[in-house]
Amino acid sequence: MTERRITSRLLWNYLHDLSALAGSALLLLFITAALAAPWITPQNPYDLTTLSLEHFLTPPVWMEGGTWPFLLGTDDQGRDILSTIIYGCRTSLIVGFSVVFISGTLGVLIGLLAGFYGRWLDIATMRLADTVFSFSTTLLAFLLLGIFKHGGIPVVILAICIADWVRYARTMRGSVLEVKQEAYILAARAAGAGNLRIMLRHILPNSLTPIFVVVAVDLAVVIMLEATLSFLGVGVPLTEPSLGMMIAIGKNYIYAGMWWMILFPGITLVLLVVGINLFADWLREELNPKIERKG
Amino acid sequence: MLTYITRRFLQGIAVLLAVSMICFFIFQFMGDPVVRMAGLYATFEEQAEVRRVFGLDRPIHERYVRFVWNALQGNFGKSYVSRVPALNLILERFPATFELAVCALCIAFTSGLGLGVLVSLKPYALRNRFIMALSLGGISLPTFLTGILLIMIFSVFWNILPSFGRGDAVQLGFWRTGLLTQDGLKHLILPSLTLASYQLAVLLRLTRAGMREVLTQEYIKTAWAKGLPPRIVVLKHALRNVMIPVVTITGLQFGELLAFSIVTETIYQWPGMGNLLLTSIYENDQPVIVTYIMLAAAIIITLNMVVDILYALLNPKIRYD
Repeated sequence: MTERRITSRLLWNYLHDLSALAGSALLLLFITAALAAPWITPQNPYDLTTLSLEHFLTPPVWMEGGTWPFLLGTDDQGRDILSTIIYGCRTSLIVGFSVVFISGTLGVLIGLLAGFYGRWLDIATMRLADTVFSFSTTLLAFLLLGIFKHGGIPVVILAICIADWVRYARTMRGSVLEVKQEAYILAARAAGAGNLRIMLRHILPNSLTPIFVVVAVDLAVVIMLEATLSFLGVGVPLTEPSLGMMIAIGKNYIYAGMWWMILFPGITLVLLVVGINLFADWLREELNPKIERKG
Repeated sequence: MLTYITRRFLQGIAVLLAVSMICFFIFQFMGDPVVRMAGLYATFEEQAEVRRVFGLDRPIHERYVRFVWNALQGNFGKSYVSRVPALNLILERFPATFELAVCALCIAFTSGLGLGVLVSLKPYALRNRFIMALSLGGISLPTFLTGILLIMIFSVFWNILPSFGRGDAVQLGFWRTGLLTQDGLKHLILPSLTLASYQLAVLLRLTRAGMREVLTQEYIKTAWAKGLPPRIVVLKHALRNVMIPVVTITGLQFGELLAFSIVTETIYQWPGMGNLLLTSIYENDQPVIVTYIMLAAAIIITLNMVVDILYALLNPKIRYD
């Protein structure tokens, strides 16, 4: 009964928070566009048969020299900017959601085990987590991809996961340590529940709340990281669309005044990340019991 | 306390050894260095000769010990590309990176903390909502995009600031500084703003969150009730307690700073370590990559140790056995 009321309060607050709604609307827009990419884009920018070099470096349609259907202009290979952006969002979202799912699951499991069993398992995993964390996700993923380069999207996802699980593991461990002391865990144990049952039925669901915030923040971080890695040339390969790589190509023409090659993918990336962060901010405030609201 | 420091120190050495082992094995399995050193058209006899001279025919554990021994003496081998010792190549670039990072940290720290305190005092005031909106933009803008946008505005559109290189630098002994010439300072503005931007937004938000939690505490209410001036309550009673975690997190995020300095240096062609690393990655220059990793690991581990020990010393609530 209480749980139901909490859920509905959360929903009510969500529906009455402008920035949370705006954030999720933005994210939803991008997800829809990415899913519908083959049907809504005027061109498949990575299908070489549809490209033609006579349309290279075309400005947006409202400028002199712009032609349909290249609404936002084209790049140096004659790829339509708008189509490449939509396909690039697809890559961003695939990498983002895959990493959050894989490293989230892994991190939650490691954190759960470390927090529950303690002792050497806790020391070993948390020392490892501290080390990985101090190298930072960005540096570690960059170095891994710098060494094992030209691997394709799965390798990018794997490299980011190796660096990223610690966020979840540390948060989860802290949360588990708190929940473990609750009276209902003692009650469950007195009722004869085994370790596995206590972990999965009692501790796991009760310690997941802080993980939700980490998931939301991490999705934004990973999408920015993928763009950064691709911008530096160690991320997704040249044959795949990516917002970061589009900006890297555009950078070569920055002094030629061809701003559309940088500005449009840049705005898209920022809007995508802002959308996720707006939602994450709301979630953090909502789930944090320590803050006085509307003070 | 002494036990704690000793344990921390031993752990640091263990981590460094682990990193060196990983580096060594990557080094072993990523391409055969013999082909590079003997040349593409060497005969089998010549290759075997190279293998013998460089000790590559020894068993793997022996080679690892030799690698660590050489590394301890600062000998990481020569760069494949420029044929000079890799460590010298990196150390030569160190001052440029250091100056950039320190400038960026100063900018991020002063503005981040200041704005964070300001915003936390009246979280729902219009001006502060505006600052928070800007900080949301700050954490949503990846460093590389910030850099490119700054170049577009200040170098391409207005043409008032340089976007390329370090400008005039002065040699002071072994240290080459760009801080003493007007040209050098001008070249520093855009890169340091770029590197500072993300950290600034993060620090602002950390400070604000910490202040909002602390300001609801009983001892702050007591301080107000005693009639202390706002300056004392906010800066002495509240901010001091927020500072410890904020400083700790900044110290522990040094790896992040290194990573973003790679991005910044690449965009501005800043002649630092990060720029060198990226070029070396493109050119498969393994000795330079390995040296960079080992050096970065050593710096990060030392810094973490210092931060942890300082934390234990400064915070009376924490007592290590």
